[in-house]
Amino acid sequence: MKQDGQPNVPAISIENVSYYYGSRQALNDVSLQVKTGQFTALLGANGAGKSTLFSLITRLFDTAIGEILIDGKSFKTSGSDALAPLGVVFQQTTLDLDLTVWQNLKYFSLLRGMGSKLTTRRIEETLTELEMFERVHELVRDLNGGHRRRVEIARALLHEPKLLLLDEPTVGLDIQTRRVIVNHVHDLANSGKIAVLWTTHLMDEIKDQDHLIVLDGGKIIEDGQVNDVLMRVGAETIEAAFESLVKGEKERLS
Amino acid sequence: MINVHMARAFYGIVMREFLRFFQQRARFFSALVRPLIWLLVFSAGWRQTQGLAPYPPYETYIPYEVYMIPGLCAMIQLFNGMQSSLSMIYDREMGSMRVLLTTPLPRWFILLSRLMASVAVSILQVYAFLGIAFLFTYFEVLDLDIDPIGYLTVLPALIVSGFMLGALGMALSSTVKQLENFAGVMNFVIFPMFFISSALFPLWRIKDLSYAFYQFCQYNPFTYAVELIRFALHGQYYGLGALVVCSTALIAFTVAVYSYDPARGMQAQPKGAKRAG
Repeated sequence: MKQDGQPNVPAISIENVSYYYGSRQALNDVSLQVKTGQFTALLGANGAGKSTLFSLITRLFDTAIGEILIDGKSFKTSGSDALAPLGVVFQQTTLDLDLTVWQNLKYFSLLRGMGSKLTTRRIEETLTELEMFERVHELVRDLNGGHRRRVEIARALLHEPKLLLLDEPTVGLDIQTRRVIVNHVHDLANSGKIAVLWTTHLMDEIKDQDHLIVLDGGKIIEDGQVNDVLMRVGAETIEAAFESLVKGEKERLS
Repeated sequence: MINVHMARAFYGIVMREFLRFFQQRARFFSALVRPLIWLLVFSAGWRQTQGLAPYPPYETYIPYEVYMIPGLCAMIQLFNGMQSSLSMIYDREMGSMRVLLTTPLPRWFILLSRLMASVAVSILQVYAFLGIAFLFTYFEVLDLDIDPIGYLTVLPALIVSGFMLGALGMALSSTVKQLENFAGVMNFVIFPMFFISSALFPLWRIKDLSYAFYQFCQYNPFTYAVELIRFALHGQYYGLGALVVCSTALIAFTVAVYSYDPARGMQAQPKGAKRAG
């Protein structure tokens, strides 16, 4: 099930995407790329358009204006097939609480068309990496929030996706669990086998070597490597850079 | 290759439905207790007042409890169809549906698989009920007199009636925005559908009592599901019933697929918000 991908093709390419809720514009001509081996943080305040963009990438909303290519495949031409290289962790827990960890992962592997032997091997691998294998037969209902989140990440990685998409995955978790998850996902990106798009409004989750995209009012106002962004903006921290960028955008618009 | 994927996904969706069903034991028991109470309590009371003349598919006078069995089978499927729709709304609100919808499978296939999984669960419940009914007859608690071959011939009828009732529930759930609203909708659907039908009284008797009521029953697709099951339990085929049930099922499923919006319940969706088809 490993998604081999095409050489030099971005794991995801978003081209001139706009989106409207009725007459209100939620996304304004958004274009970005996420490449394999890259941890891309999509940073924005609440209401910036992160969740709308996430829903478009996962095809929960239809992309009427612009185009989204996942590993070179567009929804417009490939339909739901374009979702194949995608691993998704939603902001809200989407595990079945009445099933065990194993049953949840088995169910997902079948949805992804994985065979029995491969499923068993991948469940063992992904859960072991996240230090959850010993809890494989426990009901999800009995796990705490941090452990459930780890299971969700394991599930998203089960079919060896080319792009891992996480929508504010650490919301509501304690500092230690957040750190474990943030570090693990960074390690995954650094392994060079996967691209990561991580939406967040928590700036301490972003590291200096990450690729940073700042979304404000539905528009991308900054896109680059964190160190480059800091230099360009003349800020010492991501928080200061973010505030400066948002303030600058407001002044530009007023 | 894609067919193998679809077959595995279908198996996964059915497996999950059964696992959830067996985890929720209260659901299983309530699914059985409800028709059994009707069978034991109501039929015992009403058999004294109900003289049921021979009328197809019956060739002789029958006890009232024999008449009730097909209606109760359909009732199990009706409740299961609505329960399954409720669970779809729950899954949509809890986000589980998003996991399904972000897999590389067509949306119609996902909804069809969910529907078939629900039909399979409803058939299991009906057979459990029929098994208990068989034991009642064996131990002479009641005289239900179901021909053993009827247990087999009823299966296709149960598949299409379960599909119709599940698709109706799915179509309804597609139009409901929140979980809380659906409980009210269920009350307005389940009870009229069940009571304004031939589940409890034969149509000829209803016609004698009230022609208007009889007309309502005739326009209720649930009546045809009940009659289809009734004929099938006696090894007979009811063509009009099959036609109405299959047509209603197809229309309801098409409406469900067309109107299903995964974004409902996810966030406030102002009017005009576009969704994936």
